[in-house]
Amino acid sequence: MKLITAIIKPFKLDEVRDALAEIGVQGITVTEVKGFGRQKGHTELYRGAEYVVDFLPKVKIEAAVAADMADKVIDAISRAANTGKIGDGKIFVASLEQTVRIRTGESGPDAL
Amino acid sequence: MSMKIKGYSGALMAGLLGLLPSLAMAEDAALNSGDTAWMLTSTALVLFMTIPGLALFYAGMVRSKNVLSVMMQCFAITALVTVLWAIAGYSIAFSDGGDLNSYWGGLGKAFLSGVNVDALSGSIPETVFMTFQMTFAIITPALIVGAFAERMKFSALLWFMGLWLLVVYAPICHWVWGGGWLGSMGVLDFAGGTVVHINAGIAGLVACLVMGKRKGYPTTAMPPHNLGYTVMGASMLWVGWFGFNAGSELAADGTAGMAMAVTQIATATAALAWMFAEWFSHGKPSVLGIASGAVAGLVAITPASGTAGPMGAILIGAAAGVGCYLAAAKLKRALGYDDSLDAFGVHAVGGIIGAMLTGVCVDASLGGSGLDEGVTIGSQLVTQSIGVGATLVYTGIVSLVLLKIVDVVIGLRVTEEQETEGLDTALHDERGYII
Repeated sequence: MKLITAIIKPFKLDEVRDALAEIGVQGITVTEVKGFGRQKGHTELYRGAEYVVDFLPKVKIEAAVAADMADKVIDAISRAANTGKIGDGKIFVASLEQTVRIRTGESGPDAL
Repeated sequence: MSMKIKGYSGALMAGLLGLLPSLAMAEDAALNSGDTAWMLTSTALVLFMTIPGLALFYAGMVRSKNVLSVMMQCFAITALVTVLWAIAGYSIAFSDGGDLNSYWGGLGKAFLSGVNVDALSGSIPETVFMTFQMTFAIITPALIVGAFAERMKFSALLWFMGLWLLVVYAPICHWVWGGGWLGSMGVLDFAGGTVVHINAGIAGLVACLVMGKRKGYPTTAMPPHNLGYTVMGASMLWVGWFGFNAGSELAADGTAGMAMAVTQIATATAALAWMFAEWFSHGKPSVLGIASGAVAGLVAITPASGTAGPMGAILIGAAAGVGCYLAAAKLKRALGYDDSLDAFGVHAVGGIIGAMLTGVCVDASLGGSGLDEGVTIGSQLVTQSIGVGATLVYTGIVSLVLLKIVDVVIGLRVTEEQETEGLDTALHDERGYII
């Protein structure tokens, strides 16, 4: 099992969700986050007073999937979230030791 | 004599100046119900400018921890000035000061003595005139709040504003509109460029210099916490200003109609001017910019609203939009004073631009109502600058003295700890947002 975490531009969330549903991903977790990468922050200006905002709003998506699904998921997110511009985000993949479905007590790949 | 004075209390004025048998005229003067209806409406519009208009305009620009403090200041000033105006302010501004009438109106109408149900001021009840002028007396000190927002002690604010109303506002009001020396000299100030805006703007500058910068200014970010409030407030000011300017004719007539038209035109021009100025210099048009520009235009057309024509309004609006933008965005940075919400940058600078251009745009060749016989644009400009200069010097010095007195007796500023905590919880034990 793999835990795939993707940081994407907020306006791309719907397209990524659709792309993941299409390839059969059963569920994802979405969090609104802030951070910086190469895109850095932006500036705001109020009557000549300029403020640098260091952190930009992003969306974090987490999906736990079977190991053989991982490449398809990475590919789907990469295509859906791509704008070709700096700040599109990143995808992190980590091995997942265990999964438990709370309602039934199932564990392992069956719980995904 | 200015248009203003002819308009509102011809009989009273004539008596003060000893030109005509005033008492007979006063008795003959008849109440005009159309004028009265418009002045009742105007009075409500001008009160609406301060609460909630100005209160929202300012509250949106401060940090969320101070939102209530600014609204409280505007609201409390409204209440305090109302009472002081009834006790003595109206009398000092609009009574007959006898030998000293050039400088103040005396205490003949203290406690609104004689302002009864039958008393007339021109063609409207004196009660309406008194209340209309009261709403001007309310907004003027409330404008000063913008200069020292986020750091003044509430008790000190009440003392300063109460004293300032009686010692600064009421006399200057008398000088220009109550039969005092500036009005007699021919200074054109239809609705309060000197009396209200330059007066408040200069007092604000003095106050922010005396009180010092906010902790962390200008290195700490202090962005406006809710520009939606600010836009709503600016919009209410715009609407209410029709009462301020067109109401200053004190009658429902052609001059009031033109005052309404030029107010609208100048305001729109200034909103665009500020927006484009910022767009050119920073790359984007801003919401705070267009709203601030509208207020700058309203301020600048105020003194000219009874005398300028539509093209004059465009000139005044354009000059105020660009001029106030430069004052608020560039001059303040360059000089380093902390006029928190630009009371000086918008009201004093806009007021001075308006007061001077009033002397130009009154000329018939520019569509104005025309200069008096024997007066040229040049000589009117000299008269206007005397009006500006006198207001600037008097309010500058007296405001400084009042601030120093209040500072010595009870202190002007909150403690550093209270300032960091925010005035809402530190001074009022309340929060603006419980979410």
